[in-house]
Parts: sequence; structure tokens; C-alpha cells
Amino acid sequence: MIDQSDNVIKLSSINRRMFILATAKIIILGCIVSRLFFLQVRENKKYLTLSDKNRIREWKLPPVRGDFKDYFGNVIAGNFEAYQLHLIPEQVDDFRYTMNRIKNILELSDKQFQKLLKKKNKIKPWETLIVADNLSWKNFSKINNNLYDLNGVKPIISISRNYPYKENFTHILGYVSQANENDILSSEIIKEKFVQGLKVGKIGLEKTFEEDLIGSNSIERYEVNAYGRRISQLAFQQGDQGKTVKLTVDTEVQKLTNELLVDKAGSICAMDIFTGHVIAMHSSPSFDPNAFVFGISQDDWQLIRNNPMKPLVNKSISGNYSPGSTIKPIVALSALENEIVSTNFTVHCKGHDHPFELYGQTYHCWKKEGHGYMNMREAMKQSCDTYFYEVARRLGVDKLSETAKKFGLGEKVFGKLFNNEKNGLIPSTYWKKNALGRNWLLGETIITGIGQGYIQTTPIQLCLMTAQIANGGHKIYPELILRDKEDIKKDKFSSLVKNSKNIRFIQDAMFSSTNEIRGTSFKSRIDDPKYQFAGKTGTAQVKRITEKDRELDLKTVEIPYEERDHALYVAFGPYQNPRYAISILIEHGGSGGTVAAPLAKKLFKKIIDRHELRKNFQNKKYLDI
Amino acid sequence: MYLHSKLENKNNILQKVRNFDYILFLCILLLGLISLATMYSTDGGELLFHTKSHFLKFIIFTFLMILISFLNIRYWFTIGYLGYLIVVIMLVWTINFGITASGSQRWIDLYFINIQPSELMKICIILCLAKFFHRKRLENVNSFYSVIISLIIIFLPMSLVIIQPDLGTSLLISISGIIVLWFAGLNHKYFFYSFLITVISLPFIISFLKPYQKLRVLTFLNPDRDPLGAGYQIIQSKIAVGSGGLFGKGFLKGTQSYLEFLPEKHTDFIFTLFSEEFGFFGSVFLLLIYTIIIYRIIRTGVISRSYFAKIFCYSFGASMFVYIVINMSMVLGLLPIVGSPLPIMSYGGSSMLATMIGFGIVMSAKIHSEQSIA
Repeated sequence: MIDQSDNVIKLSSINRRMFILATAKIIILGCIVSRLFFLQVRENKKYLTLSDKNRIREWKLPPVRGDFKDYFGNVIAGNFEAYQLHLIPEQVDDFRYTMNRIKNILELSDKQFQKLLKKKNKIKPWETLIVADNLSWKNFSKINNNLYDLNGVKPIISISRNYPYKENFTHILGYVSQANENDILSSEIIKEKFVQGLKVGKIGLEKTFEEDLIGSNSIERYEVNAYGRRISQLAFQQGDQGKTVKLTVDTEVQKLTNELLVDKAGSICAMDIFTGHVIAMHSSPSFDPNAFVFGISQDDWQLIRNNPMKPLVNKSISGNYSPGSTIKPIVALSALENEIVSTNFTVHCKGHDHPFELYGQTYHCWKKEGHGYMNMREAMKQSCDTYFYEVARRLGVDKLSETAKKFGLGEKVFGKLFNNEKNGLIPSTYWKKNALGRNWLLGETIITGIGQGYIQTTPIQLCLMTAQIANGGHKIYPELILRDKEDIKKDKFSSLVKNSKNIRFIQDAMFSSTNEIRGTSFKSRIDDPKYQFAGKTGTAQVKRITEKDRELDLKTVEIPYEERDHALYVAFGPYQNPRYAISILIEHGGSGGTVAAPLAKKLFKKIIDRHELRKNFQNKKYLDI
Repeated sequence: MYLHSKLENKNNILQKVRNFDYILFLCILLLGLISLATMYSTDGGELLFHTKSHFLKFIIFTFLMILISFLNIRYWFTIGYLGYLIVVIMLVWTINFGITASGSQRWIDLYFINIQPSELMKICIILCLAKFFHRKRLENVNSFYSVIISLIIIFLPMSLVIIQPDLGTSLLISISGIIVLWFAGLNHKYFFYSFLITVISLPFIISFLKPYQKLRVLTFLNPDRDPLGAGYQIIQSKIAVGSGGLFGKGFLKGTQSYLEFLPEKHTDFIFTLFSEEFGFFGSVFLLLIYTIIIYRIIRTGVISRSYFAKIFCYSFGASMFVYIVINMSMVLGLLPIVGSPLPIMSYGGSSMLATMIGFGIVMSAKIHSEQSIA
């Protein structure tokens, strides 16, 4: 019975404890259910998003880059279909065999082959290996013919940059190439749109208009597993091509400038003197930008880099040159404007035996025999240095620099359009004190009067200067980009001169220089009034002429290349009704009259011939609207 | 009395079949079916190794369970100590000759099957302690002698499992043991004090943990500490469960598991996959099945005449509950990751074997509920 009672106590104890525990179990079960509710119902959205983030991955494809078009709508930088060969190592049964087959078909060198193998080891087996990024049609079709034997090899047509006019537009457009780390770091847009194989502008307008041109990525959405392997494609979102950028340039003129400068180092700029449209701007030598699209080979790059004619420098905007005699119209204009001298002011140029003298320093005219008695028109026509020494002495450098700056010298013509454009330099007493910490010397004024010394200009600045002389001294803003709606600046066409007589005198003097006998560019004239142009030659010394040099009086070809003078020529035409201004610079070409001016003849013929077309095209455009 | 039992023996089989717990049996079958479907899903919707093996084991063990249920409960009382001893020997064997997999030595090779003795210990410890306390008078339960003996019974297998190392299973074994102590009527204050001591000594215990175990605790406290490393499992598990929503993503459509984001989806994390595919309602349904099973086990305990059967059923039911809660809490981010399978659902023969033996004994207790054990 004791057992019995003990058993009863035991049973009541165990049952009591069972109920305690059962209560605890129900509470815990409630906790689990509420946790489930919290995760699956309350926080469902959050975890659904996370789950989608896990399983859905987007692949961006390179966007299709916008075109560049010239004034007439011709594509000057477009896209072409590049034939590429992709390979997914995982899908290849026998990688060695396939690679060797490809090697034989494409005739790859051992070095290229090793590079490919190295690249393959770096990627995951289901990632794409780009075997070739720009195959010729011949190789592409050979691969296609052998596809039965090449499992996992995919011939792909991909869209890539193409410059149909090759070297013609290189310095305006620049070029594109594989985006590197710097590009990604420096631009948010590139960072956002970056994909392997994305090409971005490296220089020139391609770089400036990167954000407009780049376009938007096409997006492929895939379901992936935990290891990043694509399981199935969920969506494809077509991206937009980048915007088209229209230029004011005329391809035909641009091509001519390239021909004119072939084998020469130099620059040609041509500009509409009213609209400011740059119709041609070329720097020679140039190079083929297509070479950069898929990465230039080391050898080709060294060839471009080490060329003494410096193909990489855009001489039109980033070449600083002494303007030489091409500054004389500005000197003369400044003197007239400030009423320092009149047009009748006469100086006697006595030749090298009796040079211009100041404080014991002598300044020679270029002409050994001297020009004799010169008035302003004659001095411009024959480019008499002695005359301008005297004018500059009376004018002073500060007044000269004021006029020069008004006409666009000493500051960037295109503003922020190019990041490699140079300012040039228009010296003044203030500038010298500030920059060099020394006082201005009068002798420096003298040589500034003939465009030597500190003064430096870029060819496009000279072109703008000439254009503003040609249009009667009105301010214009050079344009390279053709905008649908031109934003007219307030001071456009505001007068840069006090007395329009003065500017007409300068125009006439430039006319005489080209079209009258003894003019420095008389030989390059065109008599037909349709094409007749007026200009001013310039010969910029690269080094100081010593007494010895003067005695030797060597011909251009006899001087070492680096020491030869730069030949310059600025002009506008047609003279009767001016519309275009040009500037020509031949680096180390010799004298402006013999080297630079003759090019202007062909150039003006072309430009003026095409003027009608250009005008009509513009009218038609307006009619279309 | 004797005559009565004699009479009873005559229509033995019929009586037994009538007393068979059909509800429990149906629930177990349903659970098995669900687990097979889930296993099929972990195999990516194909009849692969895991599904086939799980199916085979489930069939064999179900028959074993039925067989056990018709054996007299007295038999299990008799072999209570023996079974415990055999499994302890197997554990010792494991330490010396066991098969090593993923860093711990848990299995022994029985030539036709690899068995994990630590899983069997979960059931044997209950049997052993139930037998131990069956004869004890209530006032003797709290005697020094019986407390020490029962603690030794618990600590021996626990320490043998811990050196495998397998912290999860050893914890589950000790919890099973402690549950028996609780039902046996051990004074509340012991539980209270030992709980206090555990909390106080927690920092020391943590310092004894292996680096990876410490990492798990840290990860539990803040899973975002290392989302791709130590925190990966729990983060992915929570994402899977959370993204299931009310109705789930649908059978075979659980992206987290299908795309291999879920770790250990066959074993410890199987509930995650189930929850992802069947959602909140599915999970609650599964919990309901488990609840019914546990309820049936406890009910069998209530109607059992013998103290042994009672203590076994209560303890086994409570242990089942603890296994389920620990596993679910773990995958739901309520507890640190410890290796603990979800009974029947998780892939693993030994775990299923132990559970099925347990079910079998409970059914046997149900059939022989009138059986008293001297």
C-alpha cells in the first residue's frame, strides 16, 4: 500500500509537471508562429526584395555611341559592326583542341595565343572569353565555316566606333578607346554605364561630349544561382543610342585641308566670319583614330608618339606660335584707333646697313635692301618691319595688347569645349611685372610690333582675328557645334572698333598685300572677283637671328628643320563681299609668302565654291521645318 | 486478475490492432509524405539520391515502427539499461574508429549502413533514465545518490558526443536527459540553481568553445557582421523564409533553394525550403502536424498505467518538441546555428531511426496502456 500511495504521489507530480511543461510548450509554439508571421507576412516585402536581389542579376551591354555629323549631315564618326569571337570555356569540350583550331584558323602568333590562355585562367569557366574583338570578314567567315568543329565558340557581331574619314577629323573629334580606371573615377556617368569593353572618348569632342554621346546600356536580366551562373534570361531591355552631335565643319573642305598639309606639320583653320562657324580645322600630321578603338599596338603608338612633327598635338588650338607679321593688321589698327599715327605716317626703311636703332640695340627689317619710304598701306603690303618697329614704339605695348585682346587673341577661342586648348599670350607691362617680376623693356615693344618676342597665338585665334577684321570689326563667337537653337550672346556683332574707316583701311591694306604687285603674297592671288581674297603673310622666327646668320643668308632648306621659320598666312574672302576667314600655319615651313599663302588659293576656291551649297542647305533646313 | 489477463491474451492481436494509435500513425505518414516531397524539391525536382534514400529509409523504419508498436512495452523496460550501454559502447567505438566527415567523427561503419550513435543516444537516454526513475520513490528522487547517478548517465554520452565534436547533438541529448529528470520529480530548485549557474558561467563556457562555435554565437547576435561568411547561412535562410509570404512560392519554385543560395538544405535547413515553397500557411500546417503528433504522444502518456510508459511518453514528447523548436528557431534566426535536425523532415538515417523507434515505443505504450510494470 505504501507503494500504492507513493505511486499516486508520483503520478500526481508527473502529471502536474506535464501540465506546466505543456503550458510552456504552447507559449513557445506561439513564439515560433509569431516569428513565422513576422518574417513571412510582416517583413515579406523586404525578404522578397532580398531574394530577388539574390537571384536576379543584370548584365549591362555596352551602349551604342551617338554619331558625329558634319554640317551636311554626313556621319563623320559612326558605328560599325565589329566581328568578334567569343568563347565560353565551360561549354568547350576540349579547350586545348579548340584553342589550337582557332589559332590555326586565325593564324594567331604564339604570343597572342599565350595571352589568350592567360586571360582564360583569370575568368570563371562560365564567363565569356573574348578571343578576338575585331576580325576581318575573311577570318570571320572562316570561323563560321568551321563552326561544326568548334563547340562553345560564338561568332558575335558587336557594335563599335568607326571613323570613316580616318585621319581627317582626328584632332577635332579625338578618339575613343577602352575605358580605364581614370575614366571611371573621373566621370559618374561612365561609372554608371561601365561594362567590360565600353569605349569612351579620350580626347577632343569625343571626350567633351561623352555624356551626350554615351547612350544607355541595354540590359539583360538573368536568373542566377548562388555561384553566379546564369540559369535563364528573364528580360531584355533595349538601350538608347547616344545623342548625335552636329558639327559646323564641311567634310569636303576638311578633306582638302588634310590634302594641302600632307607631309607638312601645321594647321589650317577656316571660319564663317558672320556666324562664327568653323568650317574646317585641321592639324597636320594627323593619325587614324580607328587604330585606338580596339587598343593600338605598342609599335604603332611609338611611331605616333615619337614622330618629330608631333601628330598628337592639335596645333590649331594647342599650338602656341609667334604670329609674326600676321599681327601687323592689329598693330596698325591699334595705332589708328588710338590715333597714334595716321595712315599717311611715313618711315624710311634703309635696309640692313642702317637698321632701326633703340638704345644701341639694332632691329632689322626682313628685307636686306630696305623698303625705302613707307606709308602704312605700303608697309602692310610689303610687310615692312622697320615701319612697324616705329609704330609699335609710339603705340606702346599696353594699347596694342588691348586691341589684340579685343580681337580674340590671348584667350581660348572655344572656351571649355576642348580641354587641350591653349590661351596663347598677349604680353603687357602688367603681365610681365606679374608673371616674370621684371619691368617691361621698350625693346620688347618693338619686336612685339612684328609679332615676335613674348607674344604667342594659336592658329584658331589668328583665324578669329582675321574673321573679325573681315566682318568690319564685329565680335563673333566661333562655333564648332551646330546647335538647333543658337543662343545669341548679347555682345555678338558688337563693334570692336571706334571708327569703321580704320577697319576698312586695314582690309584694303590686306587686299593690297595679296593682290597688288610687290605684295608679299601677290603670287598666290586669284583675280576672279568671285574668289578674290585678301591676306597677310607671316614668317615667325623660331630662334634669334644672329649677325652670322644674317651674313650667311641661308635658304630655308639649308637650315636644320627645328630652326626653320614657321610660315603663316591669314586671309579672308571673297574680297568684294567677305564671308570666310582662314589661317594657315606651316611649322618650320620657311617664309609665309612662299609656303603658306599658296595653299590659301586652293582653299578659297573650294570654300567659296561650296558656299552656295552651304547656304542652300541651311535654307532648305529652315524650309523643312 | 491473472484470469483477466489470460482472457486478454486470447484476443491479443485483435485487441492490439484495435488499440493501435491510428491518428498518430496517419500524422507520421503525412509527415513522411511531406518530407519526401520536400526532399524531392531539394533535389531540384528530380528523383535523385536524397529522395530515393529518404523514401527507402522511411518505408523501412515505418515497418520497424509498426513492429515495435506491437512488442510489449515491458520489453523496452527490460532493455532500458542494455540499450544505453550498447550505444555508449558504440560512441566509444566512434571516437576510435568512426568515419570522419566535414570535420567531425560521428559515424560508425556497420558494413551495410553508416550509423550515427549520438542520434540513437537521444532515445536511449530517455529509456535508461525512465527505467532508472521508474522504481524510485519520489522522496528518493532528490537523494544525493540518485541525482549523481542520473547526472552521470547524462554526462557520459554527452561528453562522448562533445569530443566528436558535435555540440548540437550533445546539447540535445542532455536536454532529453534533463527533461526526464524534470518529469521524475527532481526538485524545482535544482533546475533553478543550475540555470543560474549556467547563465553565470556562460562567459566561461564561451571561452571554451571552438573558434567556429564562437563565431556562430557572434553571428547569431549580429548576422550582418559577415554576410558572406559566417552570417551567410542565417541571412540566406531568413531571406528564404521571409520571401515565402503567406502562400509560398509554390512547390519546386523556391528560388533560394533551387538556385543553391540555401546551405544544408537537405538536413538542418529543410524547414527553410519548406517554408519558402509553402509559405506561412504551409509552415503553420506543418507545425500543426507536429503538434498533433506531440499531443498524441502525451495523451498516450496520460492513459498509460505504468510509470515507465508515462515518463517515457512525456519525456519523448517534450524532447520532440525541443528538437523541433531548436531547429526552427535556428533557421528563423532566434537561436545560434547548432546542428540539429528536424525530426523525420531532415535527411539522415540515424535521426529518423531514433525518432521512429521513439514513435514505435509510444505506440507500443498506447497498445499496452493497461500493462503495468512491476
